[in-house]
Amino acid sequence: MKTIALLSFAAAALGAPRGTTEPLAAKLSVVATTPDLASLAKAIGGDAVDVKALAKPTEDSHFVDAKPSHIVTLNRADVLIEGGAELELGWLPPLLESARNSRIAAGAPGRVVASHGIKMLEIPETFDRSKGDVHALGNPHFMIDPLNAKIIAADIADHLAQVDPKSADVFKANLQAFNTALDAKLAEWQKQLAPYRGAKIVTYHKDFVYLAERFGLVVVETLEPKPGIAPSPAHLAKVITTMRAEKARVILVQPYQNRRTAETVARQTDAVVLDVSQQPGAIKGTDTYLDLMDHLVQTLVNALQGDK
Amino acid sequence: MYMNIGFSGLMDAGWSSTADVQSLQRGDHDPAVRGFTVPNEEITLDGAVDPYFKGFVDIVYKIDPEGESALELEEAYILTTSLPANLQLKAGQFYTEFGRQNQQHPHAWVFVDQPLVLNRMFGPDGMRGQGARLSWLAPTSWYTEAMVTVQNSLGETMYSFRSEESSEIHGGIPAEREVRGGGDMVVVPRLATSFDLTPTQTLLLGVSGAFGPNNSGTSNRTSVYGADLYWRWKSATAGQGFPFFSLQSEVLYRRYGAAEREAIDQATVTLPRETIGDRGAYTQVLWGIRPRIVAGLRAEVASGNTTSFDSELRADRTRISPNFTLYPSEFSKVRLQYNYDDRKGIGRDHSIWLQFEFILGAHAAHRF
Repeated sequence: MKTIALLSFAAAALGAPRGTTEPLAAKLSVVATTPDLASLAKAIGGDAVDVKALAKPTEDSHFVDAKPSHIVTLNRADVLIEGGAELELGWLPPLLESARNSRIAAGAPGRVVASHGIKMLEIPETFDRSKGDVHALGNPHFMIDPLNAKIIAADIADHLAQVDPKSADVFKANLQAFNTALDAKLAEWQKQLAPYRGAKIVTYHKDFVYLAERFGLVVVETLEPKPGIAPSPAHLAKVITTMRAEKARVILVQPYQNRRTAETVARQTDAVVLDVSQQPGAIKGTDTYLDLMDHLVQTLVNALQGDK
Repeated sequence: MYMNIGFSGLMDAGWSSTADVQSLQRGDHDPAVRGFTVPNEEITLDGAVDPYFKGFVDIVYKIDPEGESALELEEAYILTTSLPANLQLKAGQFYTEFGRQNQQHPHAWVFVDQPLVLNRMFGPDGMRGQGARLSWLAPTSWYTEAMVTVQNSLGETMYSFRSEESSEIHGGIPAEREVRGGGDMVVVPRLATSFDLTPTQTLLLGVSGAFGPNNSGTSNRTSVYGADLYWRWKSATAGQGFPFFSLQSEVLYRRYGAAEREAIDQATVTLPRETIGDRGAYTQVLWGIRPRIVAGLRAEVASGNTTSFDSELRADRTRISPNFTLYPSEFSKVRLQYNYDDRKGIGRDHSIWLQFEFILGAHAAHRF
């Protein structure tokens, strides 16, 4: 009796073990490295998937802790979606080494690398760290261009269908719905930002280049002198001079970036600091990718409008 | 490129109240002199071998205080990537997975020098050797990993077992002994578990043991036990990983069965059969204040029971080390550390060390 009780307790405590080759009949376990990718996965997967993001919406996705709970999450995943282009280079590899999950191995149907279909901007000609921590494969913050989100959504739908063929029709339908919604929204955003083509903006890090490219904005300066290098007084003086000359009155700052530095510069240039994020969930009311872009565009329009 | 190549260079500069710095700073990758030390110049190679294995190589170049260069193959091993049943095998030459710090490469250390207790238990180079490690990730909803390592018991880096340097532990002439069976290997089981206490706090706990033959006699054994704890908090809006707080603690105990043996320093003296016990602990706290600045404090003790022989190396020791590290970027660091060292029966010493590190090429991401 005691043995049976002990074994039952052990079985209950351990839960159901999972093999490393066959996906479960229940919902697919989809893991995304960042919340923006998770948002696309939710839109495409719908009820057929359970989606989890490893990075928090409010944290710097270059520097996520490779904590052991992420190993467990990756071990149980049917699909992994990563940004790629070296964004997760500082933390994903040791997690994958410990994850023991061939479903999400490189090249497997369950492994989606978002950067693979994207036309990358700012691919460096030489690899030289005196230029700061430049990503060798180009600027990895490409999700902030809605047309890139469409490409990635299609890629996700494709991989989900390979992993779970019986739900392929669901994914296709969801993708179509997503594309329809996004096309309509994109037309709206283009219309809202049209009067501000050529407007000069400043960002903390070089992370809004794809947005600028898509909507015709001009990033005249970043508060970081070089990617990953802290703002120095000398560089900030240069930024202030440039902002005055170019009449740039808007500084974009994400939740994990140093707002006080941005405020100091804003005070000296009559500019306004905009609290924005590239990750759904960081700011209230931005739980999906489309909501996030809505908030971003509206925030920009309000600020640039006030300027005119 | 099919392989990542990285290089890290460490340099120390500083002063100590004792001219015999190496008697105080006993780690092989510690500062070694008043003046400048180049303790660890490391090339790491890693990459996927094929769909089944990843390979890792770690080669270290050192220059000793006399200016002699030494080359060490620290690690060269494969890791399986697709074994069933959540298993993973590591095989080759590698740092033994005991506790937390033993398997960390010197350039990843958050203090300038090796902890006292690890030096006492595993020697100046830490425990590493040739063998294999099998690990199992348990199907629990929180992280639990169970592993066992089997390695050769012979070598300089098997200090508690069959090393020429083991005389420092048992005071006798090392006995010749052969590998007669599986029992003459070193076996290191380890169990580790981790919980996210909150979305911003993680706790990792582990217990380890190392069991094997020692060379104080022909049939003697050593047992080492360790417990480790790591706690970390990182802000939900951490920029570049800051701010954060972390605490790491390890406590170790070694039970060394020593045979009747001839004293190494006095030819006519025979030391009796005895159990040599050593224990020690360290706790280190880090405060990542704001991007690229970290303040640290470490407190340590190491002690042992009274044995039949005298050894300066077995003196009770305590050490306190505050330090401050600046990282101009992810690829360089400058660290200033003060050591207050108290060796019972020997005296108190003060040292101040400035360390610089640079990284070229691929920077392998660190384990948590």
